[in-house]
Amino acid sequence: MRRSLRQLIWPLVALALLLVFNAVASPSFFHVQFVNGRLSGAAIDVLNQGAPVMLLALGMTLVIGTGGIDLSVGAVMAVAGALAAKLLHLDAPVALAIVAALGVCVAAGIWNGGLVTVASIPPIVATLIFMVAGRGIAQLITDGQIITINPGSSFTVIGRGVIGGLPVPVVIALSAALVIAAIVRLTSLGVFIEAIGGNEEASRYAGINVRWIRLSVYAIMGLLAGLAGLIDTADIAAADANNSGLYLELDAILAVVIGGTALTGGRFSLLGALVGAIIIQTLSTTILMTTFRGHSVPPEFNLVIKAIVVLMVCLLQSDELRRMVLQVRRVQG
Amino acid sequence: MQRHGRTIQVVAGVTLALIATGSLVMSGCKKSSSTTSGNGDGSSRQLVVGFSQIGAESSWRTAETNSIRGEAETRGIKLQFSDAQQKQENQIKAINAFIAQKVDAIILAPVVETGWEPVLKAAKAQGIPVILVDRGVDVSDDSLYTTLIASDFVAEGRKAAEWLATKLNGSGNIVELQGTPGSAPAIDRKKGFEDGIAPFEGLKIIKSQTGEFTRAKGKEVMEAFLKSAPGQINAVYAHNDDMALGAIQAIQEAGLKPGKDIIVVSIDGVRGAFEAMVAGTLNCTVECNPLLGPAAFDAVAKVLAGETLPKWTVVDDQVFDQSVAADVIDSRKY
Repeated sequence: MRRSLRQLIWPLVALALLLVFNAVASPSFFHVQFVNGRLSGAAIDVLNQGAPVMLLALGMTLVIGTGGIDLSVGAVMAVAGALAAKLLHLDAPVALAIVAALGVCVAAGIWNGGLVTVASIPPIVATLIFMVAGRGIAQLITDGQIITINPGSSFTVIGRGVIGGLPVPVVIALSAALVIAAIVRLTSLGVFIEAIGGNEEASRYAGINVRWIRLSVYAIMGLLAGLAGLIDTADIAAADANNSGLYLELDAILAVVIGGTALTGGRFSLLGALVGAIIIQTLSTTILMTTFRGHSVPPEFNLVIKAIVVLMVCLLQSDELRRMVLQVRRVQG
Repeated sequence: MQRHGRTIQVVAGVTLALIATGSLVMSGCKKSSSTTSGNGDGSSRQLVVGFSQIGAESSWRTAETNSIRGEAETRGIKLQFSDAQQKQENQIKAINAFIAQKVDAIILAPVVETGWEPVLKAAKAQGIPVILVDRGVDVSDDSLYTTLIASDFVAEGRKAAEWLATKLNGSGNIVELQGTPGSAPAIDRKKGFEDGIAPFEGLKIIKSQTGEFTRAKGKEVMEAFLKSAPGQINAVYAHNDDMALGAIQAIQEAGLKPGKDIIVVSIDGVRGAFEAMVAGTLNCTVECNPLLGPAAFDAVAKVLAGETLPKWTVVDDQVFDQSVAADVIDSRKY
C-alpha cells in the first residue's frame, strides 16, 4: 500500500503543476457552477472528456499487467459506436443496441485474447490485426458515412445525461474503476495478473490457469473499450467510424505508463492509470483554454507541447535520473 | 555540362513528343478504321472516360461520385469508375489501366498532392487529357493536366466573414474552430475569413484552435472556449459543418441558445447543416459544392474539341442561411 502510494506521488505532482499553471494562466479553469441541473466548468469537462480514455486506461492496466498490450481499443470503440448507431437507425430498442454493441466488443476482446493465448501470437501483433480490421468493420457498418442518432433518443443519455449533477460518462468511468478495483483486489485475479506479468512460466507451475486469466483480461478490455465507444458516440449523437477512438489506444497506453505501471508487466496501479488519463485530458483542455496576450495557442504547436509535458512527466518519474541529479549535486557540494 | 544536359532534355522531349503524336495518329487510325468497319457512323462512337475517385469516406465525396456518374449517364459517356480506398497506389494503378484501355479522358480526384508526375507523364505521352477535380497536384510542369475544377477555399472563408459581419453589424467577438493543421482547406479558410473581417475593426477573433474537422473535437474545443471566455463569445466560425454541429451541442449544454445567443457560421453545406439551420441552431453555411459532374464533362468536351482551358476552373459556391434553408433542404443532394 505504502509502496503504491509512493508510485503515485510523481503523477500527482505533475497534475498539480498543470493545475497551478491553469490557476495562473486561466483562472476561469476552476470556476464550477450549476447550469440546468448539471455541474458545468472546465474541471468537469476534463473528467467528462477524459472518461473514454479513463475506461481504456483501466482495461489497459490489466492487459499491460499481464505483460501484454492492446492496440485495438480505438478500433473497438469505433465498432461499438457504429453498431449501436446502425441498430438505432434500424429502429432497434436502445437496450438491444447497447447490449449488442457491448457483446460484439467483448467478442473482439476474446478474439484478441485467443490470438495471444491459443495461437501464441505476440500481443502487439495480435491486437494490431484488429486495430486495422476493426476500423474497417466499423466503416463497413456505417458505409463510411457519419450516422446520426436522434438527439432525443434515450441512448444519448450515456454521453450527455446527468446523475446527481455529474455527467453520466464520469459516473460510468468511476463506477467501472470501483468495480474493477473490487474484482482485482477482493478476488485473486489481481495477484494472478501480477504473477503472470512477473513470470509466466513460474505462474503456470504454480497452478495458475494462464490462458484463462489472459483471455478474461482481454475480454474485460473489450467491454471497457465498448463502453468508451458508446460514450463517444452518444456524446455527439453520431457514429463517426473514421474518427471515433482514433489514436486513443496510444493515449490509453500513455496514461498507464504515466500512472507508474511498467510496460514489462507485473505490478500495476489502477489509480495511477486514472491519474494518467486525467493528466492527458487536463493537458488538452489547458492548451485549448490558454490565451496569451489575446492569442490562443497556435494549433500547430499542440502536439509539440503535449510531447514536452509528457516527456517531463516521464523524466520526473525516472529513478535513474533523480539519482544522477542527486549525485551531481553531492559532487558539487 | 549544363548545355549537354539541356540538349539531352530537348532530344528526349522531341522524341517523347514524336512518340506521343505517333501513338495519337496510330490510335486515331485504329479508331477510324474500327468505326468504318462497324456501322459506318463515326459520330456515334461512345466516349470513354476514366474516373479515379479517392474513396467514399464522407457524404460529400459520395455526392461528388454520384454527380460525375450521373452526368456521364446523361451525356451518354461510358464511365470507367475506380475507387482507390484512400490509397495513392490504387489511383496510380487505375490511371495506368485507363491509359492501357486508351480512354478518351481521365478525371482524377487526387488523394495527395505529390507523386503524380510519372503517371501523368504517361497519360500525356498517350495524348490523354487529365482533368483534376476538387484537389490540386504538385507537379513541376502544369501541362501535365488540363484543368483543376475546385472550390476557392479562400473565397469560402471570405464569404463566411462577410455574412457574419453583416449579421453582427460589424462588431463582436468570434471564436474560430480550425480544420486539421496544415491542410489546404484549413489554411485557406482561415486566411479568407481573416481577410473578410479585416475591414471591420469591431470584429475580433478572440480564440482559435483546431477541431480537426470532426464533430467530437469541435464539441470539446467549444466547451473549453465557453469556459475560458464566459459570456464574451458572440459568434463561432467553423471550418466545416461537422465541427459547427459539435460546437452547437457544447453551446446548448452550457445553457445558451446556439443561433441566437451565439451566432454559428460554417462551411461545406452538408445535409446535417441544413437540418440544423431549419432547427434554428446554425445560422449560415457556405457551400463547398461537390456536384462537379457537369463542369468536369464540360471540360472533357472542350479539351477534346481542341480548346485550351484555364488551369483552375473555380466552382461557384453559394451562401445559405436560415431564411432559405427550409426551401432548399429538399433539393439538396448531399
